Amino acid sequence: MTGLQGWLDQPGVTIVLIGALVGVAASLLGAFLVLRRESMLSDAISHSVLIGIVLAYLLTGALDSPLHVVGAALAGLLTVWLTDVLVRSRRVKSDAAIGLVFPALFAVAVLLINVYARDVHLDTDAVLLGEIGFAWLDVVRVGPLEVARSLLTMLVITLVNLAFVVFLYKELKLATFDAMLATALGFRPGLVGYALLALVSVTAVGAFDAVGAILFVAFVIVPPTAAYLVTDRLWRMLVLGCLVAVGSSVGGYALALAFDVSIGGAMASTTGVFLLVALIVGKHGIVARALRRRTPGPPPSILRERETGGAP
Amino acid sequence: MAGRALGMGGGMEPAVIGARQADGSNGSHEPAFALHVEDLTATYSGDAVLWDVDLNVPPGVLAAIVGPNGAGKSTLLKCVIGAMRPAAGHVYVFGHPYRRQRHRVAYVPQRTSVDWDFPTTALDVVTMGLYGRLGWFRVPRRRETDEALQALALVGMDAYAERQISQLSGGQQQRVFLARALVQDADLYLMDEPFAGVDATTERAIVDLLKDLRARGKTVVAVHHDLQTVATYFDWLALLNVRLIAQGPVTEVYTPEHLRAAYGPRVVLLGVGGHAPQP
Repeated sequence: MTGLQGWLDQPGVTIVLIGALVGVAASLLGAFLVLRRESMLSDAISHSVLIGIVLAYLLTGALDSPLHVVGAALAGLLTVWLTDVLVRSRRVKSDAAIGLVFPALFAVAVLLINVYARDVHLDTDAVLLGEIGFAWLDVVRVGPLEVARSLLTMLVITLVNLAFVVFLYKELKLATFDAMLATALGFRPGLVGYALLALVSVTAVGAFDAVGAILFVAFVIVPPTAAYLVTDRLWRMLVLGCLVAVGSSVGGYALALAFDVSIGGAMASTTGVFLLVALIVGKHGIVARALRRRTPGPPPSILRERETGGAP
Repeated sequence: MAGRALGMGGGMEPAVIGARQADGSNGSHEPAFALHVEDLTATYSGDAVLWDVDLNVPPGVLAAIVGPNGAGKSTLLKCVIGAMRPAAGHVYVFGHPYRRQRHRVAYVPQRTSVDWDFPTTALDVVTMGLYGRLGWFRVPRRRETDEALQALALVGMDAYAERQISQLSGGQQQRVFLARALVQDADLYLMDEPFAGVDATTERAIVDLLKDLRARGKTVVAVHHDLQTVATYFDWLALLNVRLIAQGPVTEVYTPEHLRAAYGPRVVLLGVGGHAPQP
């Protein structure tokens, strides 16, 4: 135990672990958002959860009550619902609807902070960029261990998201690929979608303290997209996305130390480096596409498929 | 609604009257029909896309739903499977609400309604047909994979089982969708434009498949857009243009008057003159 505590007492370890957990939690859900073409909802949600947090604070007077999570989840779902309402008017398209809803909710939240919570640690810089560099200062006791509060929160959220994706893998896949069949078979794709976005909201709150909205959105969208450029299987996309997220956390922290720059910014940039590599050398990347164009292979032959063991 | 009366096969008239009498008398509504749609009205933001549609498809037929664009054909199927809530009316599958008959119905959406770049294989897509039988949380195992492979073999696609679905041609993708319906081993197959954008080989393969289903006593209700082939591929026809124009055996419904009633006076038909070619 003392060995583990020794590790946790190093700020660098805590920072990298928090970054990796936010990355894994976000990219697990992000994979489905990317495939549903709803990835920008994560941007909207990451901003509009602020109103949930502010309202929870005004109700309880505390910044760390469990009501936070509920308030944020509701704010996230409110964003999604309002977007849906606008889209259903058939005059506002989904990108515009997202752009209309979250700045409104975010603006109201900022005004509420200005009027009622001026003295509170809830400034807008922290919302956007987070303070991962100081996350290790705020610790809680868990049994014999002292653990950074953000680390503990993100560990719980990551486990919940992991359980969600593992136990509802089949349902998420069907609802994402073919919502119509999902409905016909009696699965509730709408319900699955709202559950997914509720978890995105909860993850956004957890990430909000530690890494801020920008790094959160980067972690939701970039690792799954990089993975999608590399693989043709959903489960591999999920695993690779997690690996990219962990790699970005480690690499980003190293980068931040080496060049003395913002840790969150360095982590977000590192996800971009992975994306760039995938975009160039991935199975669906630039090089692969150029090669395919130059040498149009023979039309797919049934015989060739059999030889390579197409069917298990 | 004179058109409907015109379109009814002589023998169907008493059955419809029977349906009215059976309404509400017990839990079962006209089990004699594979698909029984009653006074169905559906709207999109206030505009009616289906108006007071009564449809009766007897079991064991290959039924086509035909009509111009925007006639509400796909909407009708969506109302059947509960993907859209009708403004009014009821749907019964073998005499019961769809919810109680899910396991007896296979639905094939329009091929273009899904994203074929989705990271998955042909085999996996076919396995999705078995998710309903598995229910929530249970995962497909060896048995499901084997069944899905057999269904792929039925449509001549077993060699492409592990192929990523975007690498399949349009016709192959449609066959994968059909295999996904076949694996459900349903009694009623609802298909939305199964012939849309497929090659001639696939078109023939689908026709053979439909005839095989009929030979096994299954019922097929397919949205179809090609007036030239409807009389050869199908034996039952419902003409729809927001309202039901006519329904019945294709030989009786496929007439110039009915088609003009559905498509307007300018519809050009080849080989239609009072009697349609036999299926």
